[in-house]
Amino acid sequence: MSHSALDSGPAAAGSAAAVSPEPGQPKAETTPPVRKRRRSFLPYGLILPAAILELLIHIGPMLLGIWIAFISLTQLNLTNWLNAPFVGLQNFINGLNPESTIGQAFFSTVGRTLGYTILVVGFSWVLGMAGAVFLSSNFRGRALLRTFFLVPYALPAYVGTIAWAFMFNQRDGAVNQILVDTLHLFGDERPFWLLGENSFGAMVIVNVWQLWPFAFLMLMAALQNVPTDVYEAAAIDGTTLWQQFRRITLPMVRPANGVLLMVMSLWTFNQFNVPFVLFGATSPKEATLISPLIYQNSFGSWNFGLGGAMSVLLLIALFIASAFYIRMVLPKGADND
Amino acid sequence: MIETRNFRILRNVVLTILSLWVAVPLFVVVSTSLKPLKDVSGLFQWIPREITASPYVDIWTTVPLAKYFQNSLIITVCATACSVTVAVLAAYAIARLQFKGKRAFSLTVLSTQMFPGILFLLPLYLIFTQIRNMTGLQLQGSYLGLIITYMTFTLPFAIWMLSGYFASIPKELEEASMIDGTGRMGALFRVILPVAKPGIIAVAVYSFISAWGEVLFASVLTNESTKTLSLGLKAYASESDVFWNQLMAASVVVSLPVLIGFILVQKHLVAGLSSGAVK
Repeated sequence: MSHSALDSGPAAAGSAAAVSPEPGQPKAETTPPVRKRRRSFLPYGLILPAAILELLIHIGPMLLGIWIAFISLTQLNLTNWLNAPFVGLQNFINGLNPESTIGQAFFSTVGRTLGYTILVVGFSWVLGMAGAVFLSSNFRGRALLRTFFLVPYALPAYVGTIAWAFMFNQRDGAVNQILVDTLHLFGDERPFWLLGENSFGAMVIVNVWQLWPFAFLMLMAALQNVPTDVYEAAAIDGTTLWQQFRRITLPMVRPANGVLLMVMSLWTFNQFNVPFVLFGATSPKEATLISPLIYQNSFGSWNFGLGGAMSVLLLIALFIASAFYIRMVLPKGADND
Repeated sequence: MIETRNFRILRNVVLTILSLWVAVPLFVVVSTSLKPLKDVSGLFQWIPREITASPYVDIWTTVPLAKYFQNSLIITVCATACSVTVAVLAAYAIARLQFKGKRAFSLTVLSTQMFPGILFLLPLYLIFTQIRNMTGLQLQGSYLGLIITYMTFTLPFAIWMLSGYFASIPKELEEASMIDGTGRMGALFRVILPVAKPGIIAVAVYSFISAWGEVLFASVLTNESTKTLSLGLKAYASESDVFWNQLMAASVVVSLPVLIGFILVQKHLVAGLSSGAVK
């Protein structure tokens, strides 16, 4: 990575701010008066195509998705869904009733997805941090290693998952070859990794493998802004490596951390690709996450109303999460104005 | 950190572990892709007993891989091109112009990029069904339908990343151009676009990569003739047999285009991702 490419952002914004302390004002002075009238509709012309597309692909479908939650939509009336009967909160009652099997499955899935998110994001952050700390020092082969660490992130998600599915194969996979044949860990038993209780752990491993390079990338970028003389001063004071990490490195990456953890959590919480490729359309019940559960309800048992109700609950949760995210991200964006 | 001897030892240990962690699955893919089928089932061997290129030849006939490749390419390129074109205009407005509703628009773009595909899949599926009922236009299983759905994730990302890039370009460049009489649009096309070219290419490559790896929409909205690579690879596994060596060879072939693209634009991508425009 070039320092200059990274530094140009804040530096450029700074110099622009110095010339135009009040956004918008100097523009009016430097632009000929003729432009004034044009400026009023130009922005709308520019965002029009994007606004139309946003309406068509996001806003419209989201509103329809909310509507679906309140109708009884099944395989029978799927092609004629405009006339599907309105059932009020019935889908929510079915989906959320802790007495019913559907409700129990829903609540345990939410809990499992939260646990999954914490594990995947936690491990990814630790690995990413380790990679970032040790690659921010200069040594031969550093650039090569950095690119190499990013490979799992750049691969199509299903390719990485297929590779792991092969390795987790019970009969002839590499994982059992190491654990059973080389280390003799399970006696003569060759455990299944993609069925039953082990499937959850297998899914965590696959997702961490794919996600940790993102944490690595962002943390490395954050660490590049730490001046080396801070560490030099700390070393003269006789601090240990661990103290340097605790007292200098961790506080320095704190601003980047907020956004990084939030984004990784959202991606992981919504994960669909990994279970779908690893297990097929129906995950083992010990490893079902929320997105695959909605998928199974909708396209497996063709109960769109129920899937819709679960989607609405997910939507509400994500709105709350994204409000936090936006509060963290947007102040930065506002500086650029 | 300061490079004491302890630091260097620790560094070598940690980086070795991380390298192995990344390398082992990649090694398994490549080595399996070079084995004959008889050596793939049964106990896993790290070093192939016999190396053969035949999986790389057979992948094209076992499964219509070329067709899937073509489908993925058309859908991915179109979704990327549309997103980037639309996003350049919108991102410029966000980065440079003041207008009413700007905050609402940016917030919408920012929040929709965080919602999972599953939230849009059901409604889009129903909308496509309704369009077919009303007009006979078959969007489900068509390129157009998939391109539209892929834009649900490529577009917000492209707008957000590009507005970050544009904001980091000094305003003086455009002001100089506008004093020369080019107007705002002239400044955008003659000054901003050439300067932001590396960023635009990086965003395009990143959109391409994410669309190339898409599984969810493809699993519901494709049919036999529009199936993409993400689903097509499943065909190497039949009820009775999995052609693991061919599956791994196909994985290598499918990964190479995006991997090369990623490595080429890596520097700009990293700069863009880390300068605040996060996704």
